[in-house]
Amino acid sequence: MSKETARRVRIALVGNPNTGKTTLFNRLTGARQKIGNYPGVTVEKKSGYWESGGRTFTLVDLPGTYSLAASSPDERVALDFLAGHLDSEEKPDGVVCVVDASNVVRNLFLASQVADLGLPMVIALNMADAADRAGISIDPALLSRRLGVPVVRMVATRGEGIDALGHAVVQAVDHGALMAQVPWPEAVDRAVKYLAAGLEKEGASRLAPGELRRILFDPRSAVLERAGWPAGSDPAPLLGASRDVLSAAGWHPLSAEALLRYEHLGHLTSAAVKFPEKRRRSLTERLDTVLTHRVWGLAVFVLMMLVVFQSIYRWAGPFMEVIEVVIAHVGQLVAPWFAPWPALQSLIVDGVVGGVGGVIIFLPQILILFFFIALLEDTGYMARGAFLMDKMFGWCGLNGKSFVPMLSSYACAIPGVLAARTIEDPRARLTTILVSPLMSCSARLPVYTLMIGAFIEPSFGAALAGGMLFAIHLVGLAVAVPVAWAVNKFVLHTRPQPFLLEMPPYRLPRLRDIFWRMWERAREFLVRAGTVIVAMTIVIWALVYFPRPAEVREGVMADLSVLNDSSAIDRAVDAAYLEQSYLARAGRALQPVFDPAGFDWKITVGVLASFPAREVIIATLGTIYGVGHDADEASGDLRSALARDFWTHGPRAGHPVFTVPVALAVMVFFALCLQCGATVAVMAKEAGWRWALFGFAYMTALAWLGAVLTFQLGTLWLG
Amino acid sequence: MNGEICPLAALRAGDRGRVQPGGSERPAWQRLLAMGLLPGTEVAVIQVAPLGDPIEIEFGGLRLSLRKSDATAVQVLRLG
Repeated sequence: MSKETARRVRIALVGNPNTGKTTLFNRLTGARQKIGNYPGVTVEKKSGYWESGGRTFTLVDLPGTYSLAASSPDERVALDFLAGHLDSEEKPDGVVCVVDASNVVRNLFLASQVADLGLPMVIALNMADAADRAGISIDPALLSRRLGVPVVRMVATRGEGIDALGHAVVQAVDHGALMAQVPWPEAVDRAVKYLAAGLEKEGASRLAPGELRRILFDPRSAVLERAGWPAGSDPAPLLGASRDVLSAAGWHPLSAEALLRYEHLGHLTSAAVKFPEKRRRSLTERLDTVLTHRVWGLAVFVLMMLVVFQSIYRWAGPFMEVIEVVIAHVGQLVAPWFAPWPALQSLIVDGVVGGVGGVIIFLPQILILFFFIALLEDTGYMARGAFLMDKMFGWCGLNGKSFVPMLSSYACAIPGVLAARTIEDPRARLTTILVSPLMSCSARLPVYTLMIGAFIEPSFGAALAGGMLFAIHLVGLAVAVPVAWAVNKFVLHTRPQPFLLEMPPYRLPRLRDIFWRMWERAREFLVRAGTVIVAMTIVIWALVYFPRPAEVREGVMADLSVLNDSSAIDRAVDAAYLEQSYLARAGRALQPVFDPAGFDWKITVGVLASFPAREVIIATLGTIYGVGHDADEASGDLRSALARDFWTHGPRAGHPVFTVPVALAVMVFFALCLQCGATVAVMAKEAGWRWALFGFAYMTALAWLGAVLTFQLGTLWLG
Repeated sequence: MNGEICPLAALRAGDRGRVQPGGSERPAWQRLLAMGLLPGTEVAVIQVAPLGDPIEIEFGGLRLSLRKSDATAVQVLRLG
C-alpha cells in the first residue's frame, strides 16, 4: 500500500461474555485505549491501538454477546458495527473472535454468525490452560484447516500467544481468510431470495446475503431498520411469508439457524476437539450442592456478606487514622511556606491539602472492597450469589447482580456505582445506580455518632443508642425498595432483559490478577472522584473564607481582650468570620426551607457545607460553635456546645435548638441525601448527567421530606 | 409424570428433560438457542433458588441461572 492510501487496519474484538476478551483487549492496547460513546446506547465504545510485528492496528472491543440476534439497542451495537452501519464507519477489516477453549463449539456459534457477514477472522482460543486442566485436547492446526481461518492458542492473562495472534491477524486480513460457511439448505436460499425481492419492492437498499439471513432468522432484527425499510410500513407480512418458505420445508423458522449452525460446527470441530472420558468437574458440582442450596447456600451467602462488610470497617479503620495524621502533618508542614499570604495559606492548607486528604481517606475502604469483589468474581462465587439474590432484587426492578453494588455502597457508594457495570441489563443497571447511594455509607457515620452520642444516649441509654445506630442504617435500604420499584414502573421505559447468568466452574484465583483489578479500580476512583472532591472542597472553602473584612477580627479581639487564651480567641475569630461568610448568608437565606424540619441557620450552614462531602459538617459545626474546626464527632466540647444552644428569636425563642426530634431529623436527612459530589460525578460518568442530576434531585427531595416528617411527628409524639 | 411435555419452568430440582422442537420469539429463548439449548438436547435442573426463582439448569456442560418467567418459553419432554 502506498503511503497515501495506507490507513490503519481496523480490527473488531468479539466473543461471548466470560471469555477473557477484556483482559486480552487490555493486554493488546495497554494504556493506548480510549473510551467513548455510541449514540443512543449505554454501551461504551472501547477502542485502542495495538502494535504487532511493526504494524499498528485500531482495535475496537465490542460488547460480549452470545449471538448477533439483537433484541435491545445495546446488543445491536455489535451487529451494527460489524455490518458497517454504526457511527458512519465502514465495516472493520477483520475480526478476532475470542473463544473459551473449554467451550469451543458454543463459542464458535457467534464466530459463525460473524463470518456470515463476510469478515476475515482469526480465532483466539483463550483460557487454554483451563481447558488443559479439564482434560480437553484441541489441535489448533487441524481446527484451523477445518474452519478455514487461523486459530491461535492463547492464555491472555499470561500473555501467551499474543505474538502469534498478531501474525495471524496480518495473515487473515491480507489473505481475506473467511470461515467455512454453513451449507444452507435450499429452502433457506429460497427464503432469502423471497425476502430480498420483497425488500426491493419497498425501496429498501440491497443487502448482502448474510444480512438478509439475519433479518430472516432474528425475530426483530436491527438490520431491517438499517436497510431503509419505510417507517410506517409493517414488515410482519413479508417476514411471515419468507419464514413460511422455511416452514414449508419442515424447518421451524425461529430455531432453524441454531440447529443448522450447531450441526455444521459439530462436523467442523469433531476431529480437532476431544473431550476426556470422565467428567472432571465434580468439584464444582459438589460445591454447588451446598452453595446454591436454598437454605445452606443462603446461609453461606449471608455469612460471606457479613465477613466482607466487617472486614471493610475493621481493616480500613487503622489505615484511615494513619492517613488523617499524615494529612494533618502535611498541612502543618506546608503552612509556614505561605505565611505571608493568609488567604493563599488557607486555600492550600484547608482547601487543597484538605481536599486531597478527603479523597485519599476513602482509599483503604475502596481497595479492600474491590479486593473482595475481584475475589468473588474470579472464584466464580459471584454468579452463585446473584442466583440466590435474584428473586428478592428482581421484584423491585433490580437484578441478582445488584447485590455487589448495594453492598459496596454501605462502605462507599463510589465503588458501588462503579461495580454496577457488571450488570448487563441496562434497566437494572440504571436502577441499581440510582438507588445505591441510599445505602448508609461510612461517611455518614460521624454524623450519626455525633447526634446519637449528644442527644440520644444521655436521655435514653446506651442500649437504645446502639439500636438507633443500627436502625438508621436500615432507613436507606427500606426507602430504596419502593424507590427502585417506582423508578422502574414510572421512569424507565426500556424493555427488561432476560436474566440468564452463566455459572462458571469454581477456580482458584490468581492473586496477581486480583491485585491488578483492585488497583485499576482504585486508580479510576482517584482520578474521577478525586478531581471532583478537591474541586468542590475548594469551592466550599471559598464560600466559608470570604468575605474577610479585617473589622471582624478587630471586633472579636476587642471584645475578648481580657482573655489570655490565644487559642480560644482564634476560635472565636474563626467563628465570627464564618458567621458572616457567604456560606452563612446562604444558610440564613435558606433556613426557612429547613425550618419545618427544625433546623436553625447553623444546622443549615452545616448541611450546605456538607454537599461536597458529608463529614464536613462536623468541622463546620465545630467552627460555628467556637470549638475549633478540628473537632470530631466524639468531642465532648462540641456535644455540650450543641446541647446548650437556644433559639434567640422566632416562634421557638427560648427553646433548645437540638431536641431529640431535631437530632433524628438531622440523621434522617443525612441518611437520605446525596451529599457527595464525587458520587454524583461517578453516577454522571456511568449513567449520564441527566440521570445523575435526577438522582441528586430525588434524594434531596426525599431527604427533606424525611427530615420534616421526622421532626414534625417526633415533636408531636415526644412533646 | 415422565413422558409428558411441559414447560422447563415446571421441572423440579433433580429433574431432567429433552427440549422439544419449536421456538419462540422471546429473547430468552433466542439466547438459550445460541447457547446450545437446541431441540433434542437434554437439560437438567440442578437447584431452585430460595423463594423458588430462579432455577439453575445444566446442558451441554454449561451451568446457567434462569428465571422461571424465561424458562416457560422452553417446552421439554420430562425424562425423570
